[in-house]
Amino acid sequence: MTSTKPGMRRVAMVGAGMVPFGEHFDKGWDELVQRAFLAAVGSVDKGLDRREIEAGFIGACRPGLHGQQTQGGVSLSGTIGLLGMPASRIENGCPTGSETVRIGAMAVASRWHDLVLVVGYEKMRDATVEGLLGIALEGHPIHNRGETALNHFAPQARAHMETYGTTAEQMALVSVKNHANGSHDPYAHHKKPVTLDEVMASPLICDPLRLLDCCPQTDGAAAVLLAGEEVVDRYTDNPVWLWGAGNGTDTYWMHEKETLTSFPATKLAAERAYAMAGVGPTDIEMVELHDCFTIMEIISSEDLGLTEPGKGGQLVESGDTMIGGRLPINPSGGLLSKGHPLGASGVAQIVEIFWQLRGDVAAQDAARQVEFRRGLALQHNAGGKAISNSVVTIWGQDKP
Amino acid sequence: MSDVGPTRPAPVVTEDSAVFWDAARAGRLVAQRCRSCGRLHHPPRPMCPACHSIELEAHELSGNGTVYSYALLHYPQNPAFTYPVVAALVDLDEGVRMLSNLVGVEPERVAIGMEVEVTFEPTKDDGVVPLFRPRGQRS
Ligand SMILES: [Zn+2]
Repeated sequence: MTSTKPGMRRVAMVGAGMVPFGEHFDKGWDELVQRAFLAAVGSVDKGLDRREIEAGFIGACRPGLHGQQTQGGVSLSGTIGLLGMPASRIENGCPTGSETVRIGAMAVASRWHDLVLVVGYEKMRDATVEGLLGIALEGHPIHNRGETALNHFAPQARAHMETYGTTAEQMALVSVKNHANGSHDPYAHHKKPVTLDEVMASPLICDPLRLLDCCPQTDGAAAVLLAGEEVVDRYTDNPVWLWGAGNGTDTYWMHEKETLTSFPATKLAAERAYAMAGVGPTDIEMVELHDCFTIMEIISSEDLGLTEPGKGGQLVESGDTMIGGRLPINPSGGLLSKGHPLGASGVAQIVEIFWQLRGDVAAQDAARQVEFRRGLALQHNAGGKAISNSVVTIWGQDKP
Repeated sequence: MSDVGPTRPAPVVTEDSAVFWDAARAGRLVAQRCRSCGRLHHPPRPMCPACHSIELEAHELSGNGTVYSYALLHYPQNPAFTYPVVAALVDLDEGVRMLSNLVGVEPERVAIGMEVEVTFEPTKDDGVVPLFRPRGQRS
């Protein structure tokens, strides 16, 4: 890291794992958390004495909304059999997962802890649409009664189309690409590829967004282990290093947004992560970004500096962002195909980066493995009222 | 108006938002104006988010504006509404933006930049909400 404060140390990911995303009606949220924990611990090359985990952070966005009345950090420490371990629950809207990783990394970078566990989960399929709508009706009296996520993103899609000439076909191509990637990801919720015609013929949910422009409701959990630079060797010779991390915020309310064609929170988060890493967009070789709706990949690719403002539609059209292209975006299938279990999504993006940078993906499905030269990947997770909070992290094969 | 009366859910009136809803019941559209910095805000709140002043007043608006952006809601559906619902962000001429619904227009005719004016619709429990319709249209 070229731009950190005096005293901060470097942080590496030494283990990572997740449960396959999908419908887990037969498992409780705690069972998902335990499975993700076991997957992360099991991935540590040189093994791990679980008592060495000094602290834990668990990310869950809206478990109460989906019928699980869980509270606090004991939902982690108690669940995984490490009672007594310091633990906290983090909630930060849709970027809950990667924010939980960022906070875990701060605990390590500050030398407060040497080895930290981060788990993110969400079990969303238990809730009915009627139940969710009923709750939505109880929202803020003026701002958000009856809102759905689409009510936020559709006006932004409309504004981007009007301002830049972005087309419904370009948005659909994001869905086609990411579903194609997801067909090579054994951890993806929807593994079936879709065609451009299928996306364009899918029903309008919130015009201009169609069903296949939207991510599914998904259950899932994912976990990573973060270690301070002095202890990394104890766990692996093949760690993935955190180069930079940033968080940015913007107004909560749609009508107060300065623009609908860009997300200032993402620009701030990216600026901060790039500055900490001492690299820029052209150094990045692979991206996992927050494609909850197709338009989000288009706008976010612009806000992250991967293309110019207004050119996100052309970027997906060019084929450059396919696996094997100049800059693969969402090789995991993204939220569109892999699924978006809120608290788990960001952690799972980082799990994918762990696998990709270590070359582990080849063993799952070689068609999904990205080739690296410099070995730098970027992760982006955003949400909370489209978009009021954004998190960006940058990871590398080499020590920064 | 049908025999069953309004189906739209009534607004939830809070201490700070009452001025907005009371005005709507009287057929007026208001925004909050900060006496210190002069900015307009919506919805009304206890503190100016720009300068942190607590000297605030209701400011009457013309009700004229333009569509900043919009969405046509198809799913999920609430029985209280007829779909597609037009959700629109309206830039009022005085320089404040509101989220509302457009009525009295075919959804496919809605466009960014369309000139609109306020209209008032009754809700359940004797409430009234400000909505918008194309400007110059007879009600
Ligand atoms: Zn003020």
